[in-house]
Amino acid sequence: MSLLDARGIAVRYPVRGGVLQRPTAWVRAVDGVDLTLDAGETLGLVGESGSGKSTLGRALIALRRPDAGTIRFAGDDILALDAAGLKALRRRMQIVFQDPNASLDPRRTVGGSVRMGLDLHAIGTGAERREAVAEMFRRVGLRPEHVTRFPHEFSGGQRQRIGIARALILNPELLVCDEAVSALDVSVQAQILNLLKDLQAERRLAMLFISHNLAVVEHMADRIAVMYAGRIVEEAKRDALFAAPRHPYTRALLSAVPTPDPTRRDPSPPPLGEPPDPANLPTGCRFRSRCPIAMPRCATEEPALAALAPGHKAACWAA
Amino acid sequence: MREAALLSVRGLAAHFVTRAGTLRAVDGVDLDLASGEVLGLVGESGCGKTVLALSLMRLVEPPGRLVAGSITFDGNDVTAMDTRTITRLRGRGMGMIFQQPRTSLDPVIRIGNQIAEPLISHAGMSRAAAAREAIALLEAVGIPGAEAKARAYPHELSGGQAQRVMIAIALALKPRLLIADEPTTSLDVTVQAQILALLRERCRALGTALILVTHDIGVVAQLADRVAVMYAGRIVEQGPVGDIFAAPAHPYTQGLLQSAPVLGRRRERLAAIEGNIPDLSRPIPGCAFAPRCDHRPTMGERCDREMPPALAVTPAHAARCWRLATP
Repeated sequence: MSLLDARGIAVRYPVRGGVLQRPTAWVRAVDGVDLTLDAGETLGLVGESGSGKSTLGRALIALRRPDAGTIRFAGDDILALDAAGLKALRRRMQIVFQDPNASLDPRRTVGGSVRMGLDLHAIGTGAERREAVAEMFRRVGLRPEHVTRFPHEFSGGQRQRIGIARALILNPELLVCDEAVSALDVSVQAQILNLLKDLQAERRLAMLFISHNLAVVEHMADRIAVMYAGRIVEEAKRDALFAAPRHPYTRALLSAVPTPDPTRRDPSPPPLGEPPDPANLPTGCRFRSRCPIAMPRCATEEPALAALAPGHKAACWAA
Repeated sequence: MREAALLSVRGLAAHFVTRAGTLRAVDGVDLDLASGEVLGLVGESGCGKTVLALSLMRLVEPPGRLVAGSITFDGNDVTAMDTRTITRLRGRGMGMIFQQPRTSLDPVIRIGNQIAEPLISHAGMSRAAAAREAIALLEAVGIPGAEAKARAYPHELSGGQAQRVMIAIALALKPRLLIADEPTTSLDVTVQAQILALLRERCRALGTALILVTHDIGVVAQLADRVAVMYAGRIVEQGPVGDIFAAPAHPYTQGLLQSAPVLGRRRERLAAIEGNIPDLSRPIPGCAFAPRCDHRPTMGERCDREMPPALAVTPAHAARCWRLATP
């Protein structure tokens, strides 16, 4: 049994207009996604801005209640839980955001922010909590004597270490990393990626690693799902996806990454057109307005995410 | 020897003086650029690369100011120019594009008129001729339906289209130098690839030199002829793109090239550069990278005490590292 098993997840947002600000249309940010995640596994979720990957990440840990679908975590239907059940569940699933400032209260000491989870769930005595926070600080590469400092006294990389400490203090089983290293410079990004990998191995964490950066996802993930306009269009084990991508969108994404080798200049990319208006998606396949191999069928029928080989799925009539 | 430089910068320093202290954002930069050349200016946030780019056009705003050095562009001293001359230079000599294209466009003026404006005010074109040229320029930057798009307002453009329009405006007067500060950083990777190809093609077609400011070494590898690596307000290494990638001489450049994960070349662990960038509000007497440098323990105290000069690796390639000094 998978640790996380999500079926038919959908999240929609209203587009408001007119003087009354009534919903005039709906953006289907996530539109029927199935996903599983095993203990100790890292699933990479890639896609461009507006693809719905962050919304999906939040929906999976019930930070944003999905409008449709079911989510089972360790067998329990989490959308059926009452408030107390959901609170207990929060211990077991945590998130690290792109901007650690968004999850750190500027007026609270960083030690206080990290400790808050222990306080909320009334875990241990005061002395035990202090010791747990100090130990967590050491583990993420921070000095325990800095617990009394405030977020602004730290660099971006250090603040992300604090964000990781805050997320892991409750010893969760699932960690969602939403663009967790995207705001960091590469030299610091490497420090944080190494730290996340070590922590994952130590704790057998299941990790949903959301990023727009394909190289970072290749580095971190065991399995990868590619998202486009609210749907998963391809899903495969890491090496299979990069060696033999089956969806034309995955191929376009991969070929667009600049090769860091001046002796191998990439050919000019074929024109790909603009992403579709999320409130007004094309009929049939959502990618067809930008697809280099679109056929008449693509305009009338939406391809389902279908298995092509063991563990490799794609939603494309030509795959 | 290299041909006569289009741009020659010597000892340039731009400091920000505030009550809290002096921030040495750019602190002694030497830089040369030939006509039509593409220079990749790389470095991490806070290294001074944007302030350097703004300094070249004298666009640094108070409390920042140029405190030392010279900028020679096309034989003229930019630091000595009066306001009228520098304004003309910014239109006809140098163009600039930024990371957030939409914030550089006027939200209430149709984009065709924004492209036509410099053609009228700087090149003396008639209104009608400038309007026709604006449509031709929109076509040249790959905007479909250029005639209709010329009547659009900036908010009707996607991020990629807005950056195309910025490129059209910046290149309207065929400047000899375009400075592009992180032009694709806010764009998705598929759009980035299109914009980079466009920048390369337009600069080549017009013979315009390009300074591409970026933190992305992949972008540099794809576009640059020459690379300058910046750290803590100084250029720590400079040379032809092939040499910099094949044989980086400065430990910081080496670290930068190794710390980014590369698609298709997966390793279990990344070579991180430990530590953080130094505080630029305190004077750094020696090498600013020494506290993070793997070679510092074997090199000794000279690295902390004395700033290494730019030492030659080959005639066209130099780095500020004491390891290159012949004993």
